Amino acid sequence: MNLLALLISAMLVNNIVLMQFLGLCSFFGVSTKMKSVVGMGLAVIVVIFLAAVITYPLYHFVLVPLNIRYIDTIAFILVIASLVQLTELVIKRFSQSLYKALGVYLPLIATNCAVLGVALTNVANPQSYLEALTFALGSGLGFAFIIITFTAIRMRLDSQPVPKALKGMPIALVSAGLMAMAFMGLAGII
Amino acid sequence: MTEVKKTPVKKTVEKEQTLWDVFAKGILKENGIFVMVLGMCPALAVTSTFEGAFGMGILVMIILTLTNTTVSSIRNFVPSTVRIPVYVIIIATEVTVLKMLVDAFAPALASELGVFIALITVNCVVFGRAEAFASKNGVVASALDGFGVALGFALSLSIVGFFREFLGTGQIILGKTLPLGFEYIFLGNAGLDKYAFSILVQPPGAFLVIGLILAIITSYRQSKGVKK
Repeated sequence: MNLLALLISAMLVNNIVLMQFLGLCSFFGVSTKMKSVVGMGLAVIVVIFLAAVITYPLYHFVLVPLNIRYIDTIAFILVIASLVQLTELVIKRFSQSLYKALGVYLPLIATNCAVLGVALTNVANPQSYLEALTFALGSGLGFAFIIITFTAIRMRLDSQPVPKALKGMPIALVSAGLMAMAFMGLAGII
Repeated sequence: MTEVKKTPVKKTVEKEQTLWDVFAKGILKENGIFVMVLGMCPALAVTSTFEGAFGMGILVMIILTLTNTTVSSIRNFVPSTVRIPVYVIIIATEVTVLKMLVDAFAPALASELGVFIALITVNCVVFGRAEAFASKNGVVASALDGFGVALGFALSLSIVGFFREFLGTGQIILGKTLPLGFEYIFLGNAGLDKYAFSILVQPPGAFLVIGLILAIITSYRQSKGVKK
């Protein structure tokens, strides 16, 4: 039950995009076409989760015993970059259609700060491996959920009479602000 | 029917840029946040107080100047196939060093910025300048470019931070997170806090303030007839 609460908290209440401001570059950059956004969301879920699977043991069984905790950023960014490459290879080998859908978005994820942010948050908080994995899964799901809903909003906005000065980025930011306001209302459920 | 209309290839003659141009374009014309809309994570996350935003701006200034200089000075030795991993390592190393220094000398700032100091590593602005400018230009020009872009970034961050803290709390606190050696509350006794929009210091405020600033800039550019 605790894990479920953690999952919901990571996904909705403390959403990484709207509440913690991670992964905003891809959030605003990609969210114009529904098809590409679904691909991006799936790829982020996979990479955040796999990054947590690897970085948590790496930190606790290698960096801490060797007393080189301070290189966590360098180590994690390397893990994430290679992981992205590896995921790309595996997907290419086993599912051509998925590869075509995700293809261009995978390399972008290496510099998505959501992935590094979740990995660093996971080792900064004292929690078990299972909790870290749940947190990562929830964060990935939250990212995908938000970016897909936000794209739907942006696609609607395209056909609306938006004031000239607000067209494009400004109205996107304001709508994201309104979404964040709505999500603040979820604060009480956990 | 297969009349392919050849568009005349425009020879983009690289205009002779003076070092001053290289430095100055980053501040306004190619401003990272307000024009290019890059590096949004820190712009939204650490701007709930003016001091946090200003501190982040200074850190990015240090890092961007350093990484641009380093990347530019090794640009002739690194094979272009492995350049991206090399840049990532350089940036991550320099950020780690900076993080340790901040932890030691400005612990209040370190706890205010939290994970976002380490996340300068994946800031699009830092990486973008290394790839787009420093990998092709000389050391002095790259250092100036990095400094100019970072100055523009720091200025925009401070503007957002100022509006969010001032409108959200009715005052500006100085000397609390930055090690200035004194503490001063700007407009602390003016009683403006009764009229504060507290939503602006909370997460939604970040989106709203930056969105409105962008709208003001767009409408100014439109009134001047500048095409985007």
